Amino acid sequence: MNMLEAERLSITFGGVRAIEQVSLAIRSGLVFSIIGPNGAGKTTLFNLLSGLYQPQDGRFRFCGEDVTGLAPHRLARLGLSRTFQNLQIFFRMTALENVMVGRHRHETTDLLSDLLHLPAVTRQNRRTRDAARAALARVELEAYADQPAGSLPYGALKRLEIARALASEPKALLLDEPAAGCNPVETRKLEAIVRSIATDGITVVLVEHDMRLVMNVSDRIHVLASGRTLVEGTASEVRAHPAVIEAYLGIHGSQEAARAVG
Amino acid sequence: MSARALTTHRLASLVPVATIVIVLPLLFPSAYYFRVAALVFIFALAAVGLNLLMGFAGQVSLGHAGFLGIGGYAVAIGPVHFGLPSWLCIVIGAALSGAIAFLVGRPILKLKGHYLAVATLGFGLLIAIVLTNEAGWTGGPDGTSVPRLVLFEWRVRGSDTWYWIAAGTFVAGAALALNLIDSPTGRALRAIHDSEVAASLLAVDVARKKLAVFVLSAIYASVAGSYLALFNGHITPDISGFLRSIELVAMVVLGGMGSIAGSLVGAALLVVLPQALTALHDYEHMALGLVLMGFMIFLRQGIVPSITAALAGRAT
Repeated sequence: MNMLEAERLSITFGGVRAIEQVSLAIRSGLVFSIIGPNGAGKTTLFNLLSGLYQPQDGRFRFCGEDVTGLAPHRLARLGLSRTFQNLQIFFRMTALENVMVGRHRHETTDLLSDLLHLPAVTRQNRRTRDAARAALARVELEAYADQPAGSLPYGALKRLEIARALASEPKALLLDEPAAGCNPVETRKLEAIVRSIATDGITVVLVEHDMRLVMNVSDRIHVLASGRTLVEGTASEVRAHPAVIEAYLGIHGSQEAARAVG
Repeated sequence: MSARALTTHRLASLVPVATIVIVLPLLFPSAYYFRVAALVFIFALAAVGLNLLMGFAGQVSLGHAGFLGIGGYAVAIGPVHFGLPSWLCIVIGAALSGAIAFLVGRPILKLKGHYLAVATLGFGLLIAIVLTNEAGWTGGPDGTSVPRLVLFEWRVRGSDTWYWIAAGTFVAGAALALNLIDSPTGRALRAIHDSEVAASLLAVDVARKKLAVFVLSAIYASVAGSYLALFNGHITPDISGFLRSIELVAMVVLGGMGSIAGSLVGAALLVVLPQALTALHDYEHMALGLVLMGFMIFLRQGIVPSITAALAGRAT
């Protein structure tokens, strides 16, 4: 079954075609990576898939349901979650509270019972806190639980976003450059986390520049260049594809590479 | 309950506040002090509501005195023109304020930052103009007298009685606010403050939550406005004036954004200081301005959060 399906998605910004006729079919339970040179439109594609941008053309299905044009919070309620390349942390809240917000999808809430703090709210708060602690432990951040998120180191914030997204128990998780700015140790930790998420049956869609990470964890790789699909395949297929090498290194570079290899 | 549970409970900060409420009257030498303290609690009630909007959800309003005015004129007009009991008019005023906040909030809460500030400013001015021009109902620029509050055939008068009513309502309002903060809605509001995008991608309906807190803060302001009118026995359109709105914002920021106890401290400072500084005659306003600037320069996060942070830093 396909978890996510995009059909000829297109969006232009002031005449620039940022994404043009991109089609994707992401099988459920796989790690699906989207790579491409800078400016290829990876983050734009993510913003389309998470409902932040509305496509000018094309359809988008999630779990077989047409969700084109659905508001982000309604997509999130259906079980789509994501992290951000430029961190979107709730800096005024503690690490634990950040992750507790991730539980919002599973919480029942109405203003009156929240104002009166009825016993049901207390019970639900306890469940939310326990689930959030478990999600923090999963990314090895339990030691930071009660610290203000603003005081956490960068690598920890990257993982905090993952914990927050995981707390919502998503069906699909979009990770936007999780390894950017991380040191090799943190990147290895991240690799283990991505694998464990996939093992749990959550579909992972990954945008990443760290090629070692991408090649190690991906089941399928989709290559974008200038807003269009270049190739899609397994890690070894993509790595060997001449068009991919050319897109990354330029024509001259790819000739040099061919000479060096051959 | 252990000592730790007592200090970390969501209502822990109400213990010192309630203590102050009970002890203060023992120290008051005259009715004048009761009067000033009652005003402090009335404004603190409005400030707590505005703090939910500004300090927690991060949405500014420069027109909140508009809701003070709606609540205030509800208890002035209702009993005189419709023969309704004053207590019912407090409720009607609150409902009306909530309804108006709902209608106004839907379009303007889409705006952000300075744009939202100007839109709410316009709303406040609009209410003040209506209150000034509809002289048949409101008495125009000179205002109108407000009949005394009657509860169970008992005419409420005297500053000491109003002290207990205002303080009691403030404590109740603060408790509701503290409850809200420690709930899914409260967490969603604080999340919206830092990142609307991240909140919406965690299934928070950002527009709806903003509207809910705007309506709630309007109801707080409305009740405070009703109390103010009933307590003074007179009301003028100044209650909705731009300066009043700014005063409410100053109370929230000075006391500490996101600190419920801070709203009481901010209100106390802005009500008591002008009274205390009258001794300086011509230099009163200058001194007031300097004191406010001093507080913001040296206690940047607001009085209560800055002091708690300093104390916590010393403890570790």
